[in-house]
Amino acid sequence: MIASLRKQVLLPAGAVVLALLVGAVALVASSPLVKGYVDLFLPLATYVALVQGSLLSINGLVDTIVNATPLILVGLAVGLGFKAGLFNIGGQGQFLMGAVASAAAGAALSQSSPVIAIPLALLAGMAAGALYGFIPGFLKAFTGAHEVVTTIMLNYVAIYVVAYLITGPLRQAGASFAVSPDVGAARLPAILNVGTGHVGHVGILIPLLVVPAMWWLLYRSTIGFEIRTVGANPDAALYAGMRPRRLVVLALTLGGVLAGLAGAVEILGVSGNMPAAYSTNIGFDAITVALLGRANPVGIVFGGLLLGAMRAGAPLMETVADVPRQMVDVLQGIILFFLAADVVVRRVFRIRAAGVGVDELQTVTRSYGGQTTPP
Amino acid sequence: MSEVEGLPELHVTAPALEMRGITKRYPGVLANDAISLHVRPGEIHALLGENGAGKTTLMNILYGLARPDEGEILLDGKAVHISGPSDAIARGISMVHQHFMLVPVLTVAENILLGDETMANPVFIDRGEANRLIRELGTRFGFEIDPEERVGRLSVGWQQRVEILKALYREARILVLDEPTAVLTPQETKEIFGVLRRLADEGHSIIFISHKLYEVLEIADRITVIRRGRVVGERKPADTNEDDLAALMVGRDVQLVVDRGESHPGEVALTVKDLAVKNDRGREVVHGLSFDVRAGEIFGIAGVAGNGQDELVEAIVGLRRPSGGQILLEGHDVTTMGTREVHQLGLSFVPADRHRFGLVLSFPLTDNLVLTDYFAKPYARGLVRDDRAARERTVEAIEQYDVRTPSPDVTAGTLSGGNQQKLVVAREFDRDLRLLVLDQPTRGLDVGSVEFIHRQAIGKRNAGTAVLLVSAELDEVLELSDRIGVMYRGELVAVVDGRSADREDVGLLMATGGRKGAPPVTAASA
Amino acid sequence: MGFPFDIPVLGLIFQLVAYSVLVVTSNSTIILALATPIALGAMCGMMNERSGVVNIGIEGMMLASAFTGWYVASLVGQAVHADPSFFFGATPAIVIGVLAALLTGLLFSAVHAWLSISVRADQIISGTIINIVAFGVTGYLNILISKHSPETGGKFVPFAPPEALIDIPVVGWIFRMFLQQGPITMSVIVLAIVLQILLLRSRWGLRTRAVGEHPKAAETVGIDVIRLRYRNVILGGLFAGLAGAWFTLDYGNSFQPGMTNGRGFIALAALIFGRWHPIGAVAASLLFASALSLGTAIRTTPPIGDLGSILGSIPEQVFAALPYVVTIVVLAGVVGRSVPPAAVGRPYKRESTA
Repeated sequence: MIASLRKQVLLPAGAVVLALLVGAVALVASSPLVKGYVDLFLPLATYVALVQGSLLSINGLVDTIVNATPLILVGLAVGLGFKAGLFNIGGQGQFLMGAVASAAAGAALSQSSPVIAIPLALLAGMAAGALYGFIPGFLKAFTGAHEVVTTIMLNYVAIYVVAYLITGPLRQAGASFAVSPDVGAARLPAILNVGTGHVGHVGILIPLLVVPAMWWLLYRSTIGFEIRTVGANPDAALYAGMRPRRLVVLALTLGGVLAGLAGAVEILGVSGNMPAAYSTNIGFDAITVALLGRANPVGIVFGGLLLGAMRAGAPLMETVADVPRQMVDVLQGIILFFLAADVVVRRVFRIRAAGVGVDELQTVTRSYGGQTTPP
Repeated sequence: MSEVEGLPELHVTAPALEMRGITKRYPGVLANDAISLHVRPGEIHALLGENGAGKTTLMNILYGLARPDEGEILLDGKAVHISGPSDAIARGISMVHQHFMLVPVLTVAENILLGDETMANPVFIDRGEANRLIRELGTRFGFEIDPEERVGRLSVGWQQRVEILKALYREARILVLDEPTAVLTPQETKEIFGVLRRLADEGHSIIFISHKLYEVLEIADRITVIRRGRVVGERKPADTNEDDLAALMVGRDVQLVVDRGESHPGEVALTVKDLAVKNDRGREVVHGLSFDVRAGEIFGIAGVAGNGQDELVEAIVGLRRPSGGQILLEGHDVTTMGTREVHQLGLSFVPADRHRFGLVLSFPLTDNLVLTDYFAKPYARGLVRDDRAARERTVEAIEQYDVRTPSPDVTAGTLSGGNQQKLVVAREFDRDLRLLVLDQPTRGLDVGSVEFIHRQAIGKRNAGTAVLLVSAELDEVLELSDRIGVMYRGELVAVVDGRSADREDVGLLMATGGRKGAPPVTAASA
Repeated sequence: MGFPFDIPVLGLIFQLVAYSVLVVTSNSTIILALATPIALGAMCGMMNERSGVVNIGIEGMMLASAFTGWYVASLVGQAVHADPSFFFGATPAIVIGVLAALLTGLLFSAVHAWLSISVRADQIISGTIINIVAFGVTGYLNILISKHSPETGGKFVPFAPPEALIDIPVVGWIFRMFLQQGPITMSVIVLAIVLQILLLRSRWGLRTRAVGEHPKAAETVGIDVIRLRYRNVILGGLFAGLAGAWFTLDYGNSFQPGMTNGRGFIALAALIFGRWHPIGAVAASLLFASALSLGTAIRTTPPIGDLGSILGSIPEQVFAALPYVVTIVVLAGVVGRSVPPAAVGRPYKRESTA
């Protein structure tokens, strides 16, 4: 247990450290474009700004937590998929569908009482997300279509569905650009109001409920045992009387519920409405979060906080160091690289651990060959 | 060229192959300990030893798949260093592996050419020339082969011929065959022995790895016995017998056949009536199958792999739905039931592939032990699992079934094959059983584990359980079964008494189904 | 011809068939052009999967190659001013841009090869990482570069086939389809045919197929499985690089973040649909490209009558989403029946320690 704990914590931590180092090199290399000259201290300025903007100020802390909330939820969705031997890259699509559903429900209920509006709008988001997770789950279980490609395709479809709805039936009349009506009463009330405009909405408490629930589900319940068994060895699961098809559908649908909830939380808590061109990177971000946390709910919390912090500090990084906020995307990619190439991390930090790579996740490619899931 | 008794004339020339003092260490294991052997041209030399004795390691060294820590290899008297398979092949050493190294979707010609392609120009293969050469080689050694046939469509016996052709195409002078008869019927074995004899007569040297005593006595010119990585004896077939060889192989007086004693069959436990089962491709591979198994008896099903046994077993245990017929377990109709329900009714299953159906290698032993009962009391109440109960049970089982492990919390993947199988046995045997289904229960295990499992099975039978044994190892079936059924092309063509069964007769039934002039059937062609 | 069109449902079907023929023949040129990145992506996928390696990072490779191709062409174009040559309007800028794109493809493939083959990481995760890195880096660099408003490096000019050829009745459109194209599009058919022949008849093809089906068997006859996989995966990057170059140097001449828009994944579906054969993949790519172009086709040559009003009332987002939906439908329908190379996705550990 201790050994695996070391592996769970040291490897991701080591990957982050190495990524920051490589990121520093990348920053210096791109500094001519950023500053016009080679600036050896650019990494320092960048990282300091990131930390300042995320952890060293009240605003930053609030932003970090608000950012981390959807990241944790979608990260749990991705992690659940991994445990079942599936790769749920559809977080973005499920998030968008949940967002637009809650925007619609909120708009419809904007004049009623918050006690009714909020739960219903959240539920609408979860239901939409569930449907959008069900589709690839069903296709995987009953036709063998690999969820990697189908979920990515559905991500694109979701963008167009949102565009259609918000430029059409869901469009706020009289607005200068296509946006959904304000959700009014369905808005999540603030619980952390520090008066500077950075508001912590009540949604940030949701992970406090969901994370322990997911942990219990995976490691203490029979359903979780079945999900993990299907992920580890679907044939053995079949023999044990488990139903792999149902479990595949369940894992992706439940993931959709989580991601849809995240979308709803963002709309109801942060913006209050949804523009037709709403863009989000949450799908990829959540993969990083899930891999950092090694598909474990507790680890995912830390991963979510880390990425949430990076996104929170990015605006300050942009103003202070002139580095575009897309740098966070680059850093994220490098972190992922070192998570996969953990041999490098192990050699640099002299961590000894048996097994190869992100071994809980070794199984995802296994089902690429397209065999239909046994009933 | 050959003298009487199959021994070539004694020359003063160097042996074709000599391995001197070969030592190879793997972490925690001394696989080969100063092994020396030599093989003359035109000699069939048998390498005898049980699973894990070090025969495969030695041959891997010869074939360049591993490097020895000490010792040397001499070809025709000259010391050589073999750097890899292509080097070995270039030096005239070819290996036919136990699990065929053939690509099913490629043709015979493509498989033979692979790695040593006959080229028309630097880029393209010369198929015409290759086909001609292959047909020629086949005729020279007594068989007609179609180079354009897909290997996946060939029977196992023919696939083996393709493997041998591969070696001959590369002008191999030394042929190593690793357990070549493992998947052959007695008839096919005779035919392959004929081919090997012709090869030896032409001057090829053959190393024949096996653990089957009677075969080795039949085909070899000389026998080297290996145990625990060391050479423990060298014999000529004329000077030895099965008991002597067995004693050398295992190191003690081994009871070759566990005495199973008398059986006292009781009520009928399993009834299979007119069963029809389709395989994954929709073809009916079991038809009109009917038999009974009584409590307190072992019913063994013998048959060449691929005659429908897999599908039959899957149908009985609930992994596959039959397309017709009935299965009754103690009177209950279980034909369409799934694994869990059948399990609840008292059926236990030890699968052929423990890594697929038997265990989850990345889970701890505790989880594996309750794999089939995790949802029921005391291991869970509703949705909530009780890890402590599972752990207690595991500690007991480890003790009782002699599973060698440092703790019950390690993952199943860290156990050896024998101990993994014992864990599966612990899970499946230790309950209130009506019917025990054993599918290839001792495949790939060391002699100690085999003996243990055979004794456990007989013990269950004596305690009144009905036991259904399916095994491709004819000897296992003969040793354990009170009654034997022979499966051929999805039908039960004969049921004979275990005591009076004749090995030759059963082998013939396995291969021809009892019909005169029927084409011999083997794995892929079934 | 009016009568059959007036019968209720049947008439609609007649209209649909007639209209489809019209759309295909009048838009065949653009369909082949749009099929180019998908087909090239599928060929990259084939090089990978036939050797036993799963590569879902084709999208990222394309995107990164599109970016470097465009940016290098822009830089070279600013340094070296040359008139467009006769050969498809090539300039040093464009040619060097293509080379840069190819190089980028090689580089990213090398990373994927290392992660998949040597590190033996999960191959889908490795591919995803490539996608994320490509999106992140191109987005980041694009923002930085846009600040300086770079000039475009130009793009290839499509070949102009002789009027006489195009105007031949009934089959003239076929000549236009294959000849009125930029060089990259024209090369697709040639590449597909060459690859197909090599795959089935050459020594390289035989060894590749063997390694993808049964790497252990290949090793025992002396084939270096690891080296073959590395070589094929890295060479596959050339196709992805060429596809990227098509975006910014053949079809268009500027870069937008995320401009590949999922073509790299559609390419995987085309590969599966084409049963891992280059020619099959190209045929499948044409199908997907038709779905891509349907939306614009309906706007440029709208159908008449009832069919017209029906199709015209469908919101434009439906057409935009159509290729992705078609991909899902194809995958769901075809995957079970299409058998991939047996060893695909399984990392290989060398037996030989000699």
